[in-house]
Amino acid sequence: MNSVILTAGTRYLAGLLLIFSLYMLLRGHNEPGGGFIGGLIGSTGFILFAIACGTEDARTALRVPPQTIAMIGLGIALIAGLISIFFADPFFTGQWFFLGSTETEKGLPISTVLIFDIGVYLVVFGSVLTLVFAMEEEI
Amino acid sequence: MDVPNQAAEWKTNIVAGLFPVFLSALIFSWFLTFIPSVADGVSTRFGIDWIPSLGISLSFFIDGLSLTFALLISGIGTLVFLYSSSYIKNHHHFHRFLLYLFLFMLSMLGVVLADNLISLFVFWELTTITSYLLIGFSHETHKGRHSALQALLITGAGALAMLAGFILIGLTVNSFELSEIILEADTLRAHELYAPILLLILFGTFTKSAQFPFHFWLPNAMAAPTPVSSFLHSATMVKAGVYLMARLHPAFAGTDLWLWMLTIFGATTAVISSILAFRQTDLKLALAYTTLMALGTLTLFLGQESGYAMTAFATFLIVHSLYKAALFLVVGCVDNATGTRDANTLGGLAKAMPITAIVAALAAMSMAGFPPFLGFIGKELKYAGALGVASEPILVAGAVLVANSLMFAVAAIVAFRPFWVSSKTTYPKQPQEAPFAMLAGPIILASLGILFGIYPDIIEKTLVAPTVASLLGNIEQSKELKLWAGVNLPLILSICTVILGLALYLQHQKLRPALDGIFAKLPTFDQGWDKFLLKFKDFAAWQTRVQQSGNLHQYMFVVFFVVFASLATTTALKNAIFKPPDFSNVTWLGVGLVLLIIGAAIITTVTASRITAMATLGVLGIGVAIVFIGFSAPDVAITQLLVETLIVVLVAIALLRLPNLETEAGQRRPLDAILAISVGSIVTLILLSVLSLPLDRRVTDFFEQASWPEAFGRNIVNVILVDFRALDTFGEIAVIVIAALSAYALLRTTTPQSKK
Repeated sequence: MNSVILTAGTRYLAGLLLIFSLYMLLRGHNEPGGGFIGGLIGSTGFILFAIACGTEDARTALRVPPQTIAMIGLGIALIAGLISIFFADPFFTGQWFFLGSTETEKGLPISTVLIFDIGVYLVVFGSVLTLVFAMEEEI
Repeated sequence: MDVPNQAAEWKTNIVAGLFPVFLSALIFSWFLTFIPSVADGVSTRFGIDWIPSLGISLSFFIDGLSLTFALLISGIGTLVFLYSSSYIKNHHHFHRFLLYLFLFMLSMLGVVLADNLISLFVFWELTTITSYLLIGFSHETHKGRHSALQALLITGAGALAMLAGFILIGLTVNSFELSEIILEADTLRAHELYAPILLLILFGTFTKSAQFPFHFWLPNAMAAPTPVSSFLHSATMVKAGVYLMARLHPAFAGTDLWLWMLTIFGATTAVISSILAFRQTDLKLALAYTTLMALGTLTLFLGQESGYAMTAFATFLIVHSLYKAALFLVVGCVDNATGTRDANTLGGLAKAMPITAIVAALAAMSMAGFPPFLGFIGKELKYAGALGVASEPILVAGAVLVANSLMFAVAAIVAFRPFWVSSKTTYPKQPQEAPFAMLAGPIILASLGILFGIYPDIIEKTLVAPTVASLLGNIEQSKELKLWAGVNLPLILSICTVILGLALYLQHQKLRPALDGIFAKLPTFDQGWDKFLLKFKDFAAWQTRVQQSGNLHQYMFVVFFVVFASLATTTALKNAIFKPPDFSNVTWLGVGLVLLIIGAAIITTVTASRITAMATLGVLGIGVAIVFIGFSAPDVAITQLLVETLIVVLVAIALLRLPNLETEAGQRRPLDAILAISVGSIVTLILLSVLSLPLDRRVTDFFEQASWPEAFGRNIVNVILVDFRALDTFGEIAVIVIAALSAYALLRTTTPQSKK
């Protein structure tokens, strides 16, 4: 699509959407959001980019083929599930670590659940872009 | 290849060839140590839990019956490995062969030792698979592949039926352990599922042990190398079916169904296969058919319950394994030395291969049942057992007599004529005496045949009596093994056998063409099977053509029709109660929203423009998302909105290449409308029905309470997705990846030519 306004606007919008998607991913455990929604929002950023500037530019900007991102996401999700083996828990039992926690302070929570959600994010993000890019290019 | 390399390879082949010999000898000696305790009537049971929640364990059980089988398997296995180390050492897949054969031996030991029916089934299937690999060892030939597949399909089908039978046993007596099932014999025999269980299991054992009418795969399996034929297809694997029938004998025997099934199928197999054996000119095939005869006889005796029949079973089992393995190995030697196995051309080999000739004679005399060989004792017991059967003793004894006479003749054709009757044929190769490694097996096996014949005590107390004890429950029922039992009916029948057998042998070259003439007119089971497979493939192709038409409209129609039909049937059958909707606290906003959704849906379906349809579909989706917000489900609403956006993007991209709406589906639209309205109505009805019950909040309450303390999250939807139900989510994202990749692959392969 040849629109200067859209192209110019997209450069900011796409970035904002990506940052917003990460925000949605990280707040997901306590507020509405999460990996699935985050992945969808993130992919709309790149879809917008692809519509405005063409899929070729979008692929260059993404650097990694979207199908690879999806498969890496699936791998991360699997690893997140497997970590519980080291703690002799059943598959996919969430493991929590509170970095720098003290008696009064909870510290920074890091969990396999978050890793799993990041995997979900990447799967949704990569899969949607795989589909949209392929359709844009082939049809 | 240069010489030192060849020498090195030769050395590794020797080591590789002798390693399994050593291992199986070790196993054999380990089993020997069980003889004293088993002879005293003590059985050993050991094992580990496998899937305790389903009653499946990896448990093993050593009593008379399993020890006899285990000794035969490991003992003959040792000799066959020794034989193979010489017979097949120049083959380029020599190591692969040894591996398959050893895997087979271990699985076979698993079958005969397993106490748990499910473990037994697993080992059983492992023997089927290794047998498939070994029959198809010459996979370059069509015959090898065809025979291997045939054996796999037939025994595999039987095994599946058997598994169903095993599961029914498990349901009936609440245990998969054989040692416990046997104790529940009375419950089992009186149970209404007894007949289905028995028939399912017999289907498995009959296919495995090649009983008529499933007999035809076994002669075809002779496509395998000779050590395999000798080990799997005469001494061990084909006896797995017999073993299982013997194992289940205490639990199942004693009913008319058991008696008649085993007697009729066993006797038919024995008689038909001995006639078929008689007409073969290929030595290996002749032996294969006599194996069938032996399996039929063993099955026949397992139908009975008398001490004589069981002693005959145990003795004949041992005799047959000894002489048949020896004869197969001898035929392999002959084949190797002369390059042919044709009974009509072979002759006068005794001069070139004196040791082979003597060994063959010893084994054949045991097979023919001459005194003082163990075969004679076996045959006497067979007659005694046949005469003592519960019903129709004359018929059974007659069948055994015919089969035995024909076997006598076949023994002479296979092991006497090629060596001692002179022939003027010139062989493809100059015959030479076989090497020691190949002779050792037949020598030992044949000598054991005469040793046990003269001193039957060696096996009587150690193997035969404990086996009978496993079958009948006590050791006293076992009959004595002796060479001279006085002049009695079995002895007279034995003499008749010899006379009849001799007459058949002398006339066999004249009888053969006559038999060939008869059999040429009969359709064979082998061809019938091939025809069946062809028809089966045609059927599969036909139903794939019908179901996978490639028309998306048809797929959608079928999917939604099935959804409607199954929901409607269930709703009708379960007498669903519908609660009329409660309109008391309806707001104007709600009504407006519903009207918006309904209006958008109607416009989407009736519009002739795709752009309009796309836009109204978007309206519909957003309306649904607002409903979700109204019920405070922000996560679902956000997802819904994002997916709607995505759909608009995708449809917009695809729009350019889609045909016009009206030209495409004008005719089918009324039908589609009916289906759509039906699916919508049934879903509405089900929702109304669900609402007629008070809402069960147990699950909701649990997640509300557990979400923060256990999973440190306040967004319950997300906590369920990534923590409580993470495995489900993992499955879903795997589906997403697979769907994206397949769509990607499809789009890539159907690129329109015009664009490239």
